[in-house]
This record gives sequence, structure tokens and C-alpha cells, in this order.
Amino acid sequence: MQIFSCPFCGPRPETEFHFGGEAGNDRPGGGASVSAADWAAYLHLRDNPKGTAREIWMHTTCLEVFVMERDTLTMRAQPGHALGSHG
Amino acid sequence: MTAYRLPQGGEIDRTQPLRFTYDGRQVQGYAGDSYASALLASGETVLGRSFKYRRPRGIFGAGVEEPNIHADIRLKGHVYPNQRVTTEVAQDGAELRACGAAPGARSDRTRFVDLFSRFIPSGFYYKTFMRPNWHLFEPSIRAMAGLGRVDSTQPDALQGEQRNHHCDAVVVGAGPVGIAAALMLAEAGQSVVLCDDGTRAGGSLLSRAAVIDGMEGAAWLAQALDRLAEAGVTLLTRTTAFGVYDHGLIALNQRREGQADLLWRIRPQRIVLAAGAIERPLPFDRNDLPGILSAQAGLTYLRRYALVPGKRLVIAANNDTGEEILRVLRSAGAEATLIDTRKGTTIRSARGRQQVQGVTLSSGESIACDALLVSGGFTPTIHLHAQSGGKLDWDAAKLAFVPRPGTSAVISVGGAAGHFTLAEAFAALPAALGVGHAPQAEPQTYRVAEAWPRPGMKGRVWIDYQHDVTVKDVELAKRENFVSVEHLKRYTTLGMATDQGKTSNLQGLALMGALTGRTIPEVGTTTYRPPFTPVPLASFAGARSGSRMNPVRRLALEPQHRTAGATLGEYGGWLRPVHYGADDSAIQSEAKRARQTVGVYDASPLGKIEVMGRDAAEFVDFVYYNTMSTLKPGRCRYGFMLSEGGIVHDDGVLVRLDGGRFIVSCSSSHVASVHAMLEEWRQDRYPDRQIWIHDATAETATVTVSGPKALAVLKGAGIEAGDLAHMATGWTAIDGHELRVTRVSFTGDRSYELSIRQDLAPILWDRVIAAAKDEGGGAMGIEALMILRAEKGFIVIGKDTDGMTRPMDLGSDAPLRRKKADFLGRRSLTLPEAQRDDRNQLVGLIPADGQGLLPVGAHGIETRAGVKHSIGYVTSSYPGAGVDQPVALGLIERGAQRHGEEITLHHLGETRRARLVSPCFLDPNGERLDA
Ligand SMILES: [Zn+2]
Repeated sequence: MQIFSCPFCGPRPETEFHFGGEAGNDRPGGGASVSAADWAAYLHLRDNPKGTAREIWMHTTCLEVFVMERDTLTMRAQPGHALGSHG
Repeated sequence: MTAYRLPQGGEIDRTQPLRFTYDGRQVQGYAGDSYASALLASGETVLGRSFKYRRPRGIFGAGVEEPNIHADIRLKGHVYPNQRVTTEVAQDGAELRACGAAPGARSDRTRFVDLFSRFIPSGFYYKTFMRPNWHLFEPSIRAMAGLGRVDSTQPDALQGEQRNHHCDAVVVGAGPVGIAAALMLAEAGQSVVLCDDGTRAGGSLLSRAAVIDGMEGAAWLAQALDRLAEAGVTLLTRTTAFGVYDHGLIALNQRREGQADLLWRIRPQRIVLAAGAIERPLPFDRNDLPGILSAQAGLTYLRRYALVPGKRLVIAANNDTGEEILRVLRSAGAEATLIDTRKGTTIRSARGRQQVQGVTLSSGESIACDALLVSGGFTPTIHLHAQSGGKLDWDAAKLAFVPRPGTSAVISVGGAAGHFTLAEAFAALPAALGVGHAPQAEPQTYRVAEAWPRPGMKGRVWIDYQHDVTVKDVELAKRENFVSVEHLKRYTTLGMATDQGKTSNLQGLALMGALTGRTIPEVGTTTYRPPFTPVPLASFAGARSGSRMNPVRRLALEPQHRTAGATLGEYGGWLRPVHYGADDSAIQSEAKRARQTVGVYDASPLGKIEVMGRDAAEFVDFVYYNTMSTLKPGRCRYGFMLSEGGIVHDDGVLVRLDGGRFIVSCSSSHVASVHAMLEEWRQDRYPDRQIWIHDATAETATVTVSGPKALAVLKGAGIEAGDLAHMATGWTAIDGHELRVTRVSFTGDRSYELSIRQDLAPILWDRVIAAAKDEGGGAMGIEALMILRAEKGFIVIGKDTDGMTRPMDLGSDAPLRRKKADFLGRRSLTLPEAQRDDRNQLVGLIPADGQGLLPVGAHGIETRAGVKHSIGYVTSSYPGAGVDQPVALGLIERGAQRHGEEITLHHLGETRRARLVSPCFLDPNGERLDA
């Protein structure tokens, strides 16, 4: 059982969190003009890094969506920080 | 084996005899016995059958390492399956049944299997999948496989308990080194939990001689236990630390007599592993015979249970512990011979059929014996270190994998660190712990020589007792090129039994190394995973079983529904009225009555997520497929929410109360996911905009009135709804309480949704039901509502849609063509996959064969080029209420263009014919809405 840290609530058990995807996977602008390849990359292509990963998580009890750095090898998780902030 | 008790000594209480049965036979023992010691003292030898060859087996160990003898223990009405007889405290009145033998271990029906052993080599099981035919073997293999039997007649007899705990340190293993470590930490002011899987603290001091700080082992132990208590250490016996998990979590399972097990979840600052080491057997022909015991087990039976394992004993050891055991046995008056394999003479084979009767040495000499104690060296119990990611080093002098310091969060000390003498173990403690002073022990020596199984060994040499893996099996694995350690494990099943190879893994690696010209560290170990020993599922479940496993949400009006005789059922997590009345026939009459007069149903679980603020309109435009920003205040619009992949996630009505206030009415089972989805997009895409989202579902109750008499019911209930138009909303009151009336319809009939503060719901319900009865109507359950909605072709997301369904497949393509603003999932709808012309589309189906209801899940089948293809399936099917025939909905390939065609349906071997029609079976022009 991992402990993640919500920027709003502090450290809580991992079962209270919901994975929201890799951070930085920005939605392509341009509506209908986005190429199929760019759109498919946005939907499906993931870096799945070995080591430090920047991820979006939601704390399902307070619904705060935040960015968290997590090491996929050591499982160490840094405290989360709010979207748009720099931590 | 003719084991016997000594007249005095040991931990047993000779004034308290006890009796239990084993496979129906009476066994006597004393308070303080384990089942194993009582069985041995009663002269029991053959106590189990091996897993594969059905060989007779006896007790090998004295603790968790026991590979051979497991029993289902029935005690005071409870059954504890798969218990090692060596770790369980004997109880008067218990009934034990040997696992994996039928009818009993002595008379196992399958004992002939051993005669055919050369026909069932490693991988036999896998090979039966290939040829000749697995099904020939399956029944007998299934009957033989498996161990204990769960008593399914008492599913909730003992409910597990769980406890979360915090402390500075957990010390695993209460032997001398664990106790010393706990004392050093506790006396430095730390809070410590010390656990041990044995019945009492002391570890090796309970069976082996030692001098610590000038005291005899027993005396040191007694004063150390006093000091532990004084220092406030929590000492847990019969408690196994079975797993170390992420972020420093350690899990313990505590056995409690007469109570369910207690699972401890602890997150200490540090974990100290003092779990000791496990003795390995020696390899020789027929080394699995009953009467062959681990030497340390023999010592334990002698010292703790005053039990000499035989009249004439042979000890065989490849290390210094043999001498000590010889001394102790002889001083107890036993006749014993030591074979020190380091001096060149080894055991070639054991003699005997049902039990060991003698040994033949490599010199050719024979020695008669009725018990053989073997020691092939020690394997540190490093599981928790390895589970937490720790690396191992090979210690060539000690012939053991030892923890590499600093590679895990677990600090290994004592035997677990490869320190096989107390002096060495104590000396390493201060540096390992960083606090305190360690005790002193008299120096001893531990020297060990290799005694691994070798390629080409004659006879049948067992490596893994529990899974019947022999030297020949490892050789076969090598010949078939399963030489990687993980392949070796899976191919031969070495180490895959419930004992997880505690006494066997290293020998298997050593042999594979010898076969392939690699060293043991080059072969490497398999991955260590929790649990260290089996943990009852009841412990993991804890209190979360039965109705607490997934608690239902309850309606404010549940008492009213119960009073009205409702049958309640779970729908989307809510406990809701299925129907009102004695049986299922009520469903049809409720639906018909609602079509003829009026039906009232509790729609409270319907989602009511408020989206508020100046920028709310722009926001709902983005999250809905349909254009929502043009909605006028006081009006409602039906729409879809999509995922970014363009798949329909939910549908429902959006209500606009005023310019900056919307209510998202999502499906009752999707409230949490829709709420989370809205929040995620608000925070990600509109972080600085004025949008607030609030889920008001639970605080608002909704009662829906539907049918031709709906307006009359409102009047009768004293609710003024004015001339509210279809798809409009407004505020009114009942008894002065605010009430929101929304005219939307999920039935095709004139309908009013009445929403009120949930604690006021009974007032509303009673008034509306009374008025409905005056009009010839009444309450209806969910199942009647399902009939009404299906007749109109109204879908339920997740039932009439699947993970492929786009809005166009449901007949909604205008927003994609017309909507200006970008929205969630838009680009996915123009991808080639979404635009394919052979997509499964929503369609109505009616039986073309006059055979009644079409089965839900039935697949439409078409034969193309001689091959049958599925062209979709039936999603909903009901008897009609407003129409005189069964109705069904389905997702069928090109369904929207095929109205009027007949297709073939297949379901569970049956074939049906169905006609594709419009999904709207009733009132296609919507005249009933204003009837
Ligand atoms: Zn939070």
C-alpha cells in the first residue's frame, strides 16, 4: 500500500486516488483540423518511463486533480502539487 | 520410527493430557504439545501423501519450514484448512484430516501412482494439454490436486480482524538476536513491536545451548523477556510477518486461539529482520522416507517436547551442528551415530518402505536406524529483505545467499544475515541498528562443506518434498532447456507448493548450476513474493465481507417503500424498489397501469450535479456532445457525454435553471464518474474560470409521476405545476416547502420529476401516492420503468451501449455536423473507425418466430464465405406493456438501415429468428407526452 500526498489533504492511502494519465499529454488544439496521427498519439501513445514519471492523479475523496512525480523503479512518490503550479 | 517421551523435561504439562484424532485414529498428547510432537510421541509415522507420486510422508520439520504434513483441523465447529501440524498447538477434541490423501494418509487410494512415476515426469501436466488429450487426465488430476477442503457450510464462521498500528520499529523474529535488537531499540526510547511465528519467544534458545552475558540461554531469555516488558515492547507470538509492501508497510498475521486471525498493518520507521535461517535436507536416494527429519527439528522435539525421535538414530550433517546434536541426544540416553559428510563419507541411500529402517553409506557400510536426522546447512530467511527489493550476495564460505546491506529498507541481523553463531550475530548488531550495546556470547564455530545434489545421482533423490521434485526432474528440465531459474521453477514446480520451497530452492539452483556449468550466484534466485507463509483469506477480507463488502446506498424513502411491500434490489449501488407486490407478476401490472393511468417511482438516485458560475455555459458546451450553451433558462435538453475516444460515457438531461446554473442529470450509476470527469476537465482546462461543480444527488430526493393522469395527480397532491411545457423546469411548493418540477420523460408518457430536500421526501411521497391511487394508479418499481423505457427505445448506457458505441450509432449525428464549439471526443468521431459504414447500431427487435422473449445477449449470426460471424447482439428484452408483443433492443451491424429485415439469433445453442424494426415501438410521434 503506497502513500500519496494530495496537495489539499496531505498523505493518504493510494486506494483513495485515481490515475489520470501522464502529465504533459496536452490536448491538441485545432478541433477538426488536428491530424489523425496527432490525435491518436494524444489518445494512445504513452512514454511509460522507467524511473521518474510525472503523472496526473485525482484524490477521489476531495476531487483535487494534481501532478505527482513518482519513481517507477523505487516506487518513491513525491508530494503532489496543484495543476498549473510549479513544484 | 519408534519415538518415545522422556520422563521429564520439555515444555509439556504432563498433568494435562489431551486427545485428538488424526484420520479418525486417537492420538494422545499433553498441553504444550504441537500436533506434530503429539503425533510423533504416539508412534505415528506415515501422516501424509506426497503431492504427485503419492509417496508415504512423515514429519520433516518442527516449524514453518514443514514441507510434508498438512491437515484440515476441525475444532469447536470451525475448520482450519491446510494447517502445518508443526506450527499448530495441539487442542483437546480436535479432529485432523490429512490433506491431499483420500480416504486417509495411510490408505490413500492413489498410492499405486508411485509405481508409474517414470511415466509422469516434470511437465507431465503441461504435456497433457498438448497430447494425447488433457480431458483424459483432467478428472483424476483434479481430484488429486489441491490440499485442504474449505467447509462451505460455514462461510462466515470466523470473520477476520484487522488493525492499523504505528511504531518506530518492527523486529521480526524473537530469537536471541531479535530480542537483543528489540531491547537495544526499546531501551533507546523507541516504540517496538517484536513478533515471532512460534508459540513463545526464544527462537533457537528454546532448543539449543548458549551462554549469553555469562548466563545460560534459558536464564538470559527469562531476564530479557522481563526487560522487554519493562521497556514497553509489544511482543506478539504466533504472529508471522508475511509481507513487506510499498512505502514501508509490513503486514503481520496473528493466530489467536478460539478467535479469528488478526491482521496487523504497520508502517514503522524501520524493519529489523531477525527471522533466522532454515535447515536444508541432504540429497541421497529415498531421502523422503518417513523418519527422516531435519536435525534442528529433532533437537526441537527433544528439548521442547521431551521426545526422542527414535530408538536408534543416525545424524548426518555437512556442518558443525551435527556434533552438538549428537552430544544432546547421547546425554538424553539415546543411541546415536554421527556421519559428518565433511570427512568424506556420505549417505548413499535410505532403506525402508513405509519408514526409514537404515542407511547405506558411500563406503558401502550399512547402519540400521529408525530415525535419521539430516543437516545440509542453513538458508537465511531473507524473504522480507528480498520482497522489499533487497539484493543478495553469495557467501561461498557459509554456502548461503545473504542480504546485501543497504539494498532494502529492511535491516537483516542474525541468522537472516548469515550470522550463524550468536557471537557473530551480536557483534554485528550495534552497527546494524546504530544504537545501544549488544549482549556477548561465547564464540562458536560454524563450518560447512558442500553437499548439493549432483548430476547423475543414483536412485530417487528428492529436492522439493512437497511438490515431489527430484534430481531427475531438474535434469529433465535441463535437457529440455528450461535452464533459467524462473523456467526451472515453473517447469518442475520446484518451490511452487504452499511451503514455497523453504527447504528446497537452493538445492535446485545448485543442481541446475552443476548441470549447466554455472555457479549458484550465476543461476540466481527466483523472485520472492509475499506471503512468507499462507495467510487465511478471512484475514485479508477482515470486516469487509457480506453486506459490508460493498455497502448499498439507501433511499430516503426506503421505509415508505418497505411499508408498501416493495421488493428491494441493488441497482447501480442503490437499494431500490424492484416492484411492489408478492412476485414478479407485479412488474407487468405496474407497467400496464402506468400506461393506462399513472405510475409513481422513486428517481432519487438520478444524478443531480450542479454546474454554476459565469463560465458554466461554455463549460457544459465542452463536456457535452450536444450544443448546450443555447439552452434557455428554465429549459432542459437531452444529450450525451463522450470520452475523448468518442465513446458514449453517459446520457441524460441537462437542466438550465438560470444563466449561470445548470443541473447535470446523469445516470444514477454514473454520478461518481461523471462528477470526477467534470472536475478533472474543470481543473485542467478551466483552472482560472468561474465554474463551480457540486454534486447534490444525495441531498435531493426525486419522485417521478408518469402517465396519462400525471397532471391530475399533481393537482390532487396540491402541487401547482401551471402549464409547464415538456422539457421545461420550474419552482413550486408543497406545504410551503420548495419543490422543483421538471417535465422530462423516460417513459414516453407525460411525466413530472418532483425534486425536494431529501428529508422532506416522505411528505411529497405520501401526498403523491394518495393522489395517484385516486386516479387508479400507484407506485411502480424499477423493472416496470425498464419496460416502459424499452418500448420507447430509450437506452440505458452500459446496457444498450458498449465500449464501442458512438453517438451516431444511437442515431444522433446532428451535433457532429452542426456544433460550432469544440467538445470532448469530437476529433475521435471523424476518425475512419467511427465513420465505418458497417458499425453496430441501435435497433429494435421483435420475435419473428412467435416464441416469446428474445434472450438478452443473443448474438445475431451471419454466414459469410462459409464462416459464421457475429453481427451484434440483443441488449434489452421485455414483454410489452403499452404494445402487445415482446420488445427488444440491440446493437446490430448496419441496424439503422435494415428495418424490416429478419436475422438469425444464436444463444446457448438455441436459434431464433427476429425482425429488425425501429427502436421506438410505441407512439413514434410523441403524442402521449401531451395526452
Ligand atoms: Zn485531497
